[in-house]
Amino acid sequence: MDKYETHPYDVIVIGAGGAGLRAAIEAKSQGASVGLICKSLLGKAHTVMAEGGIAAAMANIDPSDDWKTHCADTLRGGVYVNNWRMAQLHAQEAPERVRELEQWGALFDRTADGRILQRAFGGHKYRRLVHVGDRTGLELIRTLQERTVQLGVDVYMECTVTNLFKEDGRFAGALAYWRESGRLMIFQAKAAVIATGGSGKAYKITSNSWEYAGNGHAMVYDIGAELMDMEFVQFHPTGMVWPPGVRGLLVTESVRGDGGLLKNNKGERFMFKHIPERYKGQISDTEAEAEKWLTEIREARPITARKPPELLPRDIVARAIYNEVKEGRGSEHDGVYLDISHMPAEYVKRKLPSMYMQFKELADVDITKQAMEIGPTMHYMMGGIRVNADSQATNVPGLYAAGECAAGLHGANRLGGNSLSDLIVFGRRAGLYAAEYGKKTPEAKIPDAAVDRAEKELFAPFDRKSGPSPYEVHRELQEVMTTYVGIFRSESDLNTGIQKLQQLREKAKTISVEGNRQYNPGWHLAKDLDTMITVSEVIARGALLRKESRGGHARTDFPKMEDAFSKVNFVAVKDGDKPKVEPKPLPEWSDEIKKLMAEEKK
Amino acid sequence: MSESKEVVLKVFRGDPRGGEAKEYTVPVGPGMVVLDAIHHIQGYLSPDLSCRWNCKAAKCGSCSAEVNGKPRLMCKTRIDDFPAGEPITVYPLRAFPLIKDLVTDVSKNYEVNKRIPPFTPAKDVEWKMFQPDVDRVQEFRKCIECFLCQDVCHVIRNHGKLGEFAGPRFFVRLANLDMHPLDSLSRLQFLKEEAGLGYCNITKCCTEVCPEDIHITDNAIIPLKERVATRYYDPLRLLWRKLTGK
Ligand SMILES: Cc1cc2nc3c(=O)[nH]c(=O)nc-3n(C[C@H](O)[C@H](O)[C@H](O)COP(=O)(O)OP(=O)(O)OC[C@H]3O[C@@H](n4cnc5c(N)ncnc54)[C@H](O)[C@@H]3O)c2cc1C
Ligand code: SF4
Ligand code: SF4
Ligand code: FES
Repeated sequence: MDKYETHPYDVIVIGAGGAGLRAAIEAKSQGASVGLICKSLLGKAHTVMAEGGIAAAMANIDPSDDWKTHCADTLRGGVYVNNWRMAQLHAQEAPERVRELEQWGALFDRTADGRILQRAFGGHKYRRLVHVGDRTGLELIRTLQERTVQLGVDVYMECTVTNLFKEDGRFAGALAYWRESGRLMIFQAKAAVIATGGSGKAYKITSNSWEYAGNGHAMVYDIGAELMDMEFVQFHPTGMVWPPGVRGLLVTESVRGDGGLLKNNKGERFMFKHIPERYKGQISDTEAEAEKWLTEIREARPITARKPPELLPRDIVARAIYNEVKEGRGSEHDGVYLDISHMPAEYVKRKLPSMYMQFKELADVDITKQAMEIGPTMHYMMGGIRVNADSQATNVPGLYAAGECAAGLHGANRLGGNSLSDLIVFGRRAGLYAAEYGKKTPEAKIPDAAVDRAEKELFAPFDRKSGPSPYEVHRELQEVMTTYVGIFRSESDLNTGIQKLQQLREKAKTISVEGNRQYNPGWHLAKDLDTMITVSEVIARGALLRKESRGGHARTDFPKMEDAFSKVNFVAVKDGDKPKVEPKPLPEWSDEIKKLMAEEKK
Repeated sequence: MSESKEVVLKVFRGDPRGGEAKEYTVPVGPGMVVLDAIHHIQGYLSPDLSCRWNCKAAKCGSCSAEVNGKPRLMCKTRIDDFPAGEPITVYPLRAFPLIKDLVTDVSKNYEVNKRIPPFTPAKDVEWKMFQPDVDRVQEFRKCIECFLCQDVCHVIRNHGKLGEFAGPRFFVRLANLDMHPLDSLSRLQFLKEEAGLGYCNITKCCTEVCPEDIHITDNAIIPLKERVATRYYDPLRLLWRKLTGK
């Protein structure tokens, strides 16, 4: 081990998106020594792309809003398999976390009387999303980044963690490489917060970047941590579909929150056909009422009409769009139309500047005059690392997880805006508890043998003189996940998918890469394939076991929600070289939550 | 608009020891951008070609490069903006030390950033701000840190002054802090003595390349220069300071 550059810390934070930055800020503020590690340059994580807003019941424009309604919305949106305690903490703490951002320099859009403005979003009963036009993620990440720098956190940029180690049953440290040189390094750390985001790059059409390769999930799973709810993958209803190069890029839900309408090629607002029972109280069922809502938001008046069905949760809208296309009512490039051109051009440009730019420059479409063509795109993973609701601790002592890579808050489907708030609420909690643990715990020794093994595996693709290119295997993986573990699933497809994933795992072992260790994206991808395939298999196995349709998980052979599955999460652990996936009972709602949900039903 | 089905890219390949542009022929599809072509090269022709990217939607500022000699975001640069049939050159940002291929060492920018006195609200302020006051600051907060402005600025590019000169990106950040309605700190001395604002001779090259359309010179640099000038060179003010010791 002495041959490596080594950095000792009380806490390392792996990932510098919103969750990782917020965790690092908290751990540092608690007096722990902190190293923050990320694959890209600082400030370029996924969080920077977030558009629509941060959900927090601040009640700045709809005074009736409060944490209870936000919590109930989150549970309803998650189709009741969320961890109730996380939903509660999240709703209670988000407003304070937002105010804190403002005190660190963030500048959100304002109400007429100088407070933070909030906008409507799918599945949220009230106007709740704190935002800056459609670049909220940039505001969030820059604010946290500046705070991190101010506190003097050590940042390791363009540094990729490849393995975590355990000794005496607890976390002991991590192995990483510098992208620039390919040189290895060791983090001798007592605690780690995993904040590595999702695994969307396993899919062909996705809003996710190259960073989303399930690294964090696979690394913790490898040392015995549990993954949960992995079958719940969110397909966002509105991704760009044309031209081909931008296929999958996100079109923010704010377009619908600010008045955008969904139409098929007959000009019909098809979402009226898809209002589920549990949303009847919240959603307009006539065009007249939906029209009234539109006028009310355009004129920023108190809202009296129920929201239009375009603002149903994402799972419902995505499947409706998929069906319109399948049944021949789609647009020219197999999407449907999203139209906001009936709103004043100035309003559109002010509320959605980056969407306006994105369509104008990349698709030659002027959204103030023309409809957008959109279709579902893989967007988010509700499932992830299983954690304690209060502390974000995993079952491996010293290991914590927060943000998109953690599970529980969102249940079967995440509401828009609930991720950015998740990052700041649970990022802070993870940092707090990791610091507490890291400060009082002695170092554990990283086992030499495990480091040697990791190093051999890492460099093996350079030694193989022939073999498939990592890009070829990646394309195959994306094909398999999109075809067999996509937006609609069935037993036979999933079985085929799992079989193909196992073949891909073998094939990935024969990959050969060109060039040397310096900044070599082919080599980086070779390692990412390993983690993506692992995560993909867990997703597929969870999907096979959940014989029902709920939230982001839809089965053609079990199209209904089933009571038997409403009280369980599927939890995966590594068992030899296969995942073992088993149902675990969902924590029972507290009396307070039961009461609240009963009232909300009325 | 180009109608051809293929495009030739001349992409710089190399590291600090040396390198040269290599030619790649890439199929062209509708609406294709330079970053798509680079991804095609990685995926099918040369898997070890280094570049940075994340969002593919001009939101993260990672994919900066010099395309046909001009600093640009590769994800926002359409192939059909260039004359059909002519090769497109793609080079790394030249103002920063090369790492490999299209990747340069931009770490000095992060070092400059660390020295800027952070946001400092007055104690016990009421957190109320009005949109018209926030508007002009929000313009600066659109910055995606692509460093294209730093790359094009002659003070950095030709005179290698990054460090003693903060550069347009950080004048934008300083203007943001300075004009924040609730910030209480003066950074004028820092601007003059440590950020090297005086080196800027308002050529506006930075504004021209900014992919976020931030009016760097007109809205950030010139107002900052004016404030520094009033603070340090205004004779009435100088007299006042002498008399009051402030
Ligand atoms: C286009 C788009 C728009 C969105 N809009 C919204 C919105 O409006 N509201 C909302 O609530 N949510 C939105 N989301 C979702 C939300 O942005 C993400 O879920 C959230 O930002 C994830 O944050 P995170 O901190 O968990 O991870 P990220 O911000 O993705 O950060 C992950 C970090 O982990 C690092 N990392 C990963 N693997 C390793 C490794 N092996 N070693 C070292 N570092 C590693 C990465 O480099 C990165 O720094 C949007 C998502 C997208 C893609
Ligand atoms: S205006 Fe000033 S900062 Fe901008 S490029 Fe010219 S000299 Fe550089
Ligand atoms: S000011 Fe503009 S050009 Fe400069 S870094 Fe920011 S976004 Fe890029
Ligand atoms: S990839 Fe993000 S700006 Fe180009």
